Amino acid sequence: MVANIKDKAVIVGVGNTKFSKDSGVSELSLAVQAIKTALDDAGLQPSDVDGMATFTMDSNDEIEVARALGCGGLNFWGRSHYGGGAATGTLHQATMAIATGMAEVVVCFRALNGRSGHRFSSGVSGEITTADAIHWGWYMPYGLLTPASWVAMFTQRWMHNTGVTKDALFEVAHSTREYAVNNPNAFFHGRSFDRAEYDAARMIADPLALFDCCQESDGASAIILTTPERARDLRQPGVTVCGVAQASAPDQEQMTSFYRDEFAAIPEMEIAAKNVYQMSGLTPDDIDAAVIYDAFSPIVLWQLEAWNFCGFGESGDFVLDGALRADGRLPTNTHGGQLSEAYIHGVNGLVEATRLVRGQSLNQPSKNVDHALVTSGVGIPTGGAILGKLD
Amino acid sequence: MTPEEQNAFEEKIYAYSGAQVCARTPAADAVNPAMIRHWTEVMGDNNPAYTNEEWSASSARGKTIAPAAMLYVWNQEGYTVTTGRASDPQTDMVELFNEYGFTGVLGTNVTQEYFREVSPGDTVHVEMVIDNLSERKSTARGPGYFFETLATFTDQNNEKIGTQRFRVLKFIPQEQPAAAAEEKLAVPSRIASPRGHDNGWWWDACDNGQVLIQRCKNCQTLRHPPRPMCGECQSMEWDSIESSLDGEVLSYTELHHPKIPGYQYPLICAVIKLREGTNIVSNVVGCEPSDVYIGMRLKGKVEQVDEKNTLPQFYPA
Ligand SMILES: [Zn+2]
Repeated sequence: MVANIKDKAVIVGVGNTKFSKDSGVSELSLAVQAIKTALDDAGLQPSDVDGMATFTMDSNDEIEVARALGCGGLNFWGRSHYGGGAATGTLHQATMAIATGMAEVVVCFRALNGRSGHRFSSGVSGEITTADAIHWGWYMPYGLLTPASWVAMFTQRWMHNTGVTKDALFEVAHSTREYAVNNPNAFFHGRSFDRAEYDAARMIADPLALFDCCQESDGASAIILTTPERARDLRQPGVTVCGVAQASAPDQEQMTSFYRDEFAAIPEMEIAAKNVYQMSGLTPDDIDAAVIYDAFSPIVLWQLEAWNFCGFGESGDFVLDGALRADGRLPTNTHGGQLSEAYIHGVNGLVEATRLVRGQSLNQPSKNVDHALVTSGVGIPTGGAILGKLD
Repeated sequence: MTPEEQNAFEEKIYAYSGAQVCARTPAADAVNPAMIRHWTEVMGDNNPAYTNEEWSASSARGKTIAPAAMLYVWNQEGYTVTTGRASDPQTDMVELFNEYGFTGVLGTNVTQEYFREVSPGDTVHVEMVIDNLSERKSTARGPGYFFETLATFTDQNNEKIGTQRFRVLKFIPQEQPAAAAEEKLAVPSRIASPRGHDNGWWWDACDNGQVLIQRCKNCQTLRHPPRPMCGECQSMEWDSIESSLDGEVLSYTELHHPKIPGYQYPLICAVIKLREGTNIVSNVVGCEPSDVYIGMRLKGKVEQVDEKNTLPQFYPA
């Protein structure tokens, strides 16, 4: 069943902190900086906020964030699980709260010291016996315990099944890097790479090499949503949520769904895509630009197929035709993506997708962007959303 | 150390900041092919620019060069060091640290900068000063001070070849707790799975040399990894069968980075389809990483891989 929440919630403010490898401040400090920036962008006060949505992985309690910012009381808080699968999950929570009237101004945020604090690349450890640790226990003793290694296992089989080559992975990594070159807040501002450097970079987990993997980052991103009525009175052009969905699929595991009949696939994202298209009444042809979750280069390709921009196994040709570039069919990850801007668990992607619809991206495509797609991480329960212009 | 004692000590130590350890001195021997050959052999560096005179003669340089990283080699004192070092401001400063209990020493960083190349026949000169002395720091090793020496290298024409900064921590060694010392000696092992209600029986069987596959007693459906209810018929009654460990590679990856203590590299992980129909993740061993392919047939054995872990390991069939 697909609920009709089309155009019931509108993004009115966005904000990023500085992204770095060592913020030198607490995750709480990052969170409130990003939220304050987003409130200023919207022309709202902390006292206007009455709801919050973030990740189960986020260390910041909503009440601590509210006290630090000087919000009043809250009417709503909700968290999404599964790491980067929660990126648009926060948007999903906020949209439901606003559409049902449970809250009026909801902040979605993610703040992490992902480089100077706990690093994802250090892998899982299973020090405490939880259901989660028991799950990782099927992989840790063999040494399969980092995000790159799990994604590599999918990638190897997917390349085998489709015949897609590293040319396509390079194009994903290179196109995002070229966007980051123009973005002063990107890790790789002003720093391009070429194919020779890509090929020479060290291998992480075969077939993924260094430039196929995102950055571990310190930083925070936030967006503010409210009702369409209130959005019309605010500072920025409103960006409406045309459709948003969360999905998991049968036999889902967290990053290790290796037990399906064909595991080199992301059926959960296909479900999310179908529901978002149905909710919004839009088709792939209506989407002008995209922010596609890119913790690793190949996962962008799978999502292009899941969202029906091309058929199964055709994403390699699709990107090699220049589709992801500024003048291409689907300018994608125009902020530099998580591969080259920063890894803020996809919430910096919500910021960029909003800017694309507003016409404010640093790499704004010359064509009109009426609708932008934004997605969550894959290999996990995931989701996505289509954003559009508030009329 | 009282604050007054610390002040008095720091006054003496900081007096060494900027002190010249040695004036510009030539190396005992000029840059020479024998030393370059020894060094490149040890380093495993086969660059012909260092040792192949014929190749170098036809290169843009027209002659062999010394590896830049040999910068510090030419002016080393040699065997006489074993009979004691002549006193200089650096040895005096180190002695002062030792007197006040800062007997620990740890070289923490070396940074070299290169400005020009040298070739056999050139003579490297060195000059050294004590450059940076830090304030008192609390480190994991104990309280201490960092200092840097800056060596500047020049050739026979006084042209700058390069510099080297050597950063050292002098500290008051802290007594390590006995447990921590023991832990350091222990050989790291792989990270074992925690064992709970739903998976403990599987790992216990593995300890005894068996790979089991959970089976629904009601509808006979096999399932792995184990879970408490059958997803097909919702029965909670189950038993298990023992796997033949005949398998086929569905996918694989060679883990390169990060290398995790306790694991042996090269390391291959694979998703393996067992003859019984369920999939399992394990290692492929007994062959080169480049020999592994999707569709490869495997035969598993349960083996003790380290002190804490007994696991199925799969070999080419
Ligand atoms: Zn059953």
